[in-house]
Amino acid sequence: MARLIEVRNLRFRYEDGAPALNGVDFRLEEGETVALFGANGSGKTTFVMHLNGLLAGDGSVEVCGLAVDRHNIPAVRRKIGLVFQDSESQLFMPTVLEDVAFGPLNLGMSPEQAVARAHAALATVGMDAAASRAPYHLSAGEKKRVAIAGILAMDPEILVLDEPTTFLDPPAQRALAGLLAGLPQAKVLVTHNIPFALATCNRAVFFQGGVIAAEGPVEEIVSRFAWDFAPDPSKWNRRQPA
Amino acid sequence: MHIPDGFLATPVWAALDVAAAPAAGYLARRAQRGFDEARVPLLGVMGAFVFAAQMINFPVGVGTSGHLVGGALLACALGPAAAGVTMCAILAIQALVFQDGGVLALGANIVNMAILGVFAGYLPFQLWGGGRWRRFAIFAAGTLSVLVSALAALAELLISGVKMPSAVLGMSLALFLVSALLEGAITLAVIEALEAIQPGFIGKPAAGRPFALRAAGLAAVLLAAVGVWFASTAPDGVQKLAERSGISQAAALFSTPLAGYQVAFAGSPWLRKAIAGLAGVALIYGVCLLIGRAARTRSV
Amino acid sequence: MHHVVLERWSRGASALHRRDPRAKLAALLVFLVVVATAHRALPALAAALLVLLSAAVVGAGIPLAGALGRAALVLPFTAVFGAACWLAGDPARGLALVLKSYLSALAVLLVVSTTSLPVLLRGLETAGAPRYLLMVAQFLYRYLFVISEEAQHMSKAAASRGATLRGLAARARFRAAAGALAVLFARSYGRAGDIHRAMLARSFPGHFLTLDALRFRRGDAVFLVLASLAPVAARAAVERFARWPA
Repeated sequence: MARLIEVRNLRFRYEDGAPALNGVDFRLEEGETVALFGANGSGKTTFVMHLNGLLAGDGSVEVCGLAVDRHNIPAVRRKIGLVFQDSESQLFMPTVLEDVAFGPLNLGMSPEQAVARAHAALATVGMDAAASRAPYHLSAGEKKRVAIAGILAMDPEILVLDEPTTFLDPPAQRALAGLLAGLPQAKVLVTHNIPFALATCNRAVFFQGGVIAAEGPVEEIVSRFAWDFAPDPSKWNRRQPA
Repeated sequence: MHIPDGFLATPVWAALDVAAAPAAGYLARRAQRGFDEARVPLLGVMGAFVFAAQMINFPVGVGTSGHLVGGALLACALGPAAAGVTMCAILAIQALVFQDGGVLALGANIVNMAILGVFAGYLPFQLWGGGRWRRFAIFAAGTLSVLVSALAALAELLISGVKMPSAVLGMSLALFLVSALLEGAITLAVIEALEAIQPGFIGKPAAGRPFALRAAGLAAVLLAAVGVWFASTAPDGVQKLAERSGISQAAALFSTPLAGYQVAFAGSPWLRKAIAGLAGVALIYGVCLLIGRAARTRSV
Repeated sequence: MHHVVLERWSRGASALHRRDPRAKLAALLVFLVVVATAHRALPALAAALLVLLSAAVVGAGIPLAGALGRAALVLPFTAVFGAACWLAGDPARGLALVLKSYLSALAVLLVVSTTSLPVLLRGLETAGAPRYLLMVAQFLYRYLFVISEEAQHMSKAAASRGATLRGLAARARFRAAAGALAVLFARSYGRAGDIHRAMLARSFPGHFLTLDALRFRRGDAVFLVLASLAPVAARAAVERFARWPA
């Protein structure tokens, strides 16, 4: 198995001086799907933004053998596709087709090639019928699919999804899990949604205080940090119906 | 206050369209800083903010309320060029999508609100925004931006021959003053609330080219003041103005660029006028295109 | 919301919807100039042009009453000035203001409700309008929906606290409104940052690339000629035969 991401001793401080990452070590192998757990503010999103050079800290980040630095950023951004938490901010073009074709056009494709890529990516996520619609009028689940299509159209080797289930109702979450399972790329999922992580990930890492405090199988990490609404549903204090 | 189509005399809207187009182009290039379009989303989203801000009412008392106009707030937050571009985009969307302000009158509305209003509003902030008069400067920025825009619009209407009894004129001036003061108060309150959320969000006025900015701001204030004074002393509009100042020949040439060919169209005066108007539009278009091209090649 | 309705109308498929945006914009300009320069027999001309526009509205499959009602958005402002002119002893001019502004607004509405805004902006761009400004307008329009929804949530939240707010002095309510706007401002600013990062993550090269070029076909040229001649001919006919004085 090839190593896709290799992060060593990554440190980062925000402009106001608050430390966000205090020496993160992380690896991603081909074919893996890894969940990033951790409390709000523990550094997950900050970490993810280092993977394609949106933020730059101290330490080393390598993606597909390329060091993420100023020189390599364009190449790195072809390899790694980032799906943001709020689809509304990611889908900024006036129509679905234009939005999905945005990436391919930026990679230097002709408009015809870009449109063909966009249609193919939309078909993969089951949204080709919505190509001419305005993103605003889609449901949250449809927006998320289109946002993923916008990344797939750039043919990356790694998908990074930040809180992909936010705003999605349970059937849409289930559909998203099915969609992700069918995509061949290695994936990194930042999530608080434990059932979703159990269904999609084969490994989890736990962020605490800007470092990875533990890693292992998803169930193990969840039970070790009591990282669920209620680890044992039988102990829920349910009100009996009158 | 957005001037709809049908209010302004042809020479007035035509002249203001001619003035607004290259000015908007210039602002766009300054806001763009080189050729990077990276700030497009910021300007667009802040424009959407100004639109949406109008849904939030500020109580004024006696059961009425007002809302933010936004020119001065944008100027303080983004700088005058970016604020001007954002206001241009707002006015264009308002004219096209919301029937708020006319399409032929778009040049007039851009001059009033995106250019005169923004630069007049930036003047006090630029002068005193960094020191201990900062609160006053922000209040004055909001007040001045709305006052100057409203006065400029009033001047254009009066010059175009829109009649107002002196009582109505006095009342509208009072109304302008009240809404200008309200804008000052809202701008100040919003900026103070912003700085409570996030200190340093609205910075101090940027250094660099202060002289040009001050001159532009001062010119905007003077233009609006002189315009209103002039329009109210010569209320019979452009025709009389042209006769009185002895430039009727030039004015006729301007408002009817095809004056020399009128005979060919055998008479009916409206046809002459309509063709002159269309030729005027074509001329405006050509001039703007040329200025745009020239500016583009120069900046390359 | 007004713009949501217009956007729905603009997704129609009539012959007018399919015309090149530049042809529609040019015909609109002709119409507006014909209206702006008119002053003889205005009521008759207005009636003729209203019939013309109404026919186009119906032909484009847009509800006539809805369109006429929406164009009336200009009337409150216009009526104030019309009344001022009337008070100043020039009722003809007052009437002219009302008629001209209403017709102009209806014509603009017709174009906007048969052309989606992005296509209209593309048309303006190929006609030479500053591209940067149009991109800003495009983003403004895209996020208008999102941010006005946020503003509505905020004003609803404020209204649901109305019981406590109503008891407050005007000064405190003023501060509350300013606080709401400040939050909306900060959120919008943050969203712009998110959008920019999302653009960079998809290899934004510093300028926007466009998919398809507009094509000006023969049908567009024919439309342009006919649509430009119609208001001119209407005015010629009215001014020749009408008996109304100037």
